[in-house]
Amino acid sequence: MNVSEHIGKELLRRAGMNVPEGELVSDAAGAGAVAERLGGRVVVKAQIGAGKRGKGGGIRFAIGATQARETAAEMIGSSVNGHAVSSLLVEAAVPIAREFYAAVMNDPSSGSARILFSTFGGMDIEEVGPSHIHHMTADIRKPLSLGAARELLGPADVGAANVDAIAGALVTLYDLYLATDAELVEINPLVLTGDGELYALDCKLVLDDSAKKRHEELFADAAAAVGEPGTDLERRARALGLLYIELEGDVAILANGAGLTMTSMDVVAHYGGRPANFMEIGGDAYTKAKPALEIVLANPNVRSLLVNFCGAFAQTDVMARGVVDAIQSLRPTIPMAFSIHGTGEEAAIAIVRDELGIEPYDSMDDAVRAAISAAAERRAFVEAPQ
Amino acid sequence: MILRAQHTALVQGITGKQATFWTERMRASGTQIVAGSSPGKGGTTHLGVPVYNSARDAAQAHQIDFSVLFTPPYATKDAVTDALDAGISNIVVLSEHIPVHDVMWFLADARDRGARVFGPNTAGLVTPGEASLGIMPSLSTTIFAPGSIGVISRSGSLGTLVCLNLTRDGFGQSAFLGIGGDPFIGTTTRDALMMLDRDPHTKAVVLIGELGGSMEEEAAEYAASMDKPIAAFIAGRTAPPGRKMGHAGAIVDGSRGSGDSKVRALAAAGVSVCETPSGIVPALRKLLVNAT
Repeated sequence: MNVSEHIGKELLRRAGMNVPEGELVSDAAGAGAVAERLGGRVVVKAQIGAGKRGKGGGIRFAIGATQARETAAEMIGSSVNGHAVSSLLVEAAVPIAREFYAAVMNDPSSGSARILFSTFGGMDIEEVGPSHIHHMTADIRKPLSLGAARELLGPADVGAANVDAIAGALVTLYDLYLATDAELVEINPLVLTGDGELYALDCKLVLDDSAKKRHEELFADAAAAVGEPGTDLERRARALGLLYIELEGDVAILANGAGLTMTSMDVVAHYGGRPANFMEIGGDAYTKAKPALEIVLANPNVRSLLVNFCGAFAQTDVMARGVVDAIQSLRPTIPMAFSIHGTGEEAAIAIVRDELGIEPYDSMDDAVRAAISAAAERRAFVEAPQ
Repeated sequence: MILRAQHTALVQGITGKQATFWTERMRASGTQIVAGSSPGKGGTTHLGVPVYNSARDAAQAHQIDFSVLFTPPYATKDAVTDALDAGISNIVVLSEHIPVHDVMWFLADARDRGARVFGPNTAGLVTPGEASLGIMPSLSTTIFAPGSIGVISRSGSLGTLVCLNLTRDGFGQSAFLGIGGDPFIGTTTRDALMMLDRDPHTKAVVLIGELGGSMEEEAAEYAASMDKPIAAFIAGRTAPPGRKMGHAGAIVDGSRGSGDSKVRALAAAGVSVCETPSGIVPALRKLLVNAT
């Protein structure tokens, strides 16, 4: 889960880092009032769950209450990089002498945490050449020592007087990463003022959804701030504990397990069809075939259905029961093709054959081809001149 | 090491519902389950298996080669630590959705002690005709048969489909190695490939990868050095970027982790990469003819 900037900064502030003084507002009047209180130059930042805000017009400056009000009025309700802006962070502008980049993230290729630092801050890190990014792995079982952080900064030209402060900031960042079970904590830019003070001007914090029970309050705050992402059907699925991704095609897919579901999409595409969705009923979710299929069929674009089961942990007879129940309650008119193998297959095939009058295909490829040609026929029928 | 009929196994969390269901199946497939553990249930028996409070207690009374964990996600870090403290050197972690920092923690502990972890989020291990650990349909003779093809899969469901296709066309398996769908796993694609390369029962390898991470690219380097033929399928080439496709590890992030990059790396290493799973058997047939 992505945590909004203002929540991330509050966590940094509590951990002892300098962050600019500011407040979250949801309208122009609020922005004016905050600018009035802060005085001088302020920065108005769109709170959206996406990066590259600067380029998208999501970060603007203003002097005084009137200008802040006008700027905020233009920004609220606008779209930044495709995200609707509903709240703004209004902060005192910090005089910048130098901009750095600092981050801690999960790094699968080393199997550990990785700490990154660059003197090229304030820009997209992917545009910074690898030779300008200093990084090291860190053992998740131990805190980061100041000495190790200093060592990382050794080859970076940050100025001898600033090494200790920046190393301290890296330690704080690493502590926050551990304390929040984060996938990523990033400060970009981490700035040095003319007076030699360090400030975190932004904070990107990505939490591990698997660790939600350890951080209920933080997850609730983060969800309240950004709202639930996704389409209506995607949100409906999430509420049921199902992962559903709406795609642009017309062949609906219900398969079990992430690997087989992805493969079903690939094979549909391979034979020239277009998948309408990804729907995962792997793990314990195999018992939720009925609500899963109801969501898959609620997509108005679907013109045929492919059901592809290969039971390992998931019992295909339990899934087939759910599928047949959903079909009997919704009575969809689209053509359906089945392929069923693995744990419970005899019972599963019997349920589909006896209750739907449909004979499952022996090979997945045949079922996929049948679903694609059925969708194509219906598309031709709908699009034919009347 | 590859699971064999003579190996002994401990089931951690044996008294749970899923563990009960699968313990019976693992035994029926030939696995020697010598002990179970479940905190607070020490001294009892379950399905005729002696139960201990911890893996450490179990290891005092039994020689244990493998442990398989049916533990809830938040309890798994302590359970792996327990298995490591017990001196068990092969640990199969089935749970999905374990906090990632916990996973990094116990994988680091296992590395320090020279123990091998399979998973997390794996469907387990099957050596057809000998033994199985985990949640694969190892009893089904239409899916698994003894033979000489080693299968590596990040996914249980897709691995099942591929083994079914192999068995149907007369290609039995020397071992099925489920490595897991998470981004942080103890036995990587490359590690599994090395195991099968050294295994005298394995003549050829089927590698089932998926988008996300760089494990297949890293495995490709090793594959290039192997004499045994390899056929591969990479799932998720049509997945939209930036979305996690069910498995926590299955995400294309920027330019990294795309299915196409894996296909290119494997093909360059001489691996026969198939467009669909049904292409695997014909590819294997061709590779084995060429090899003889």
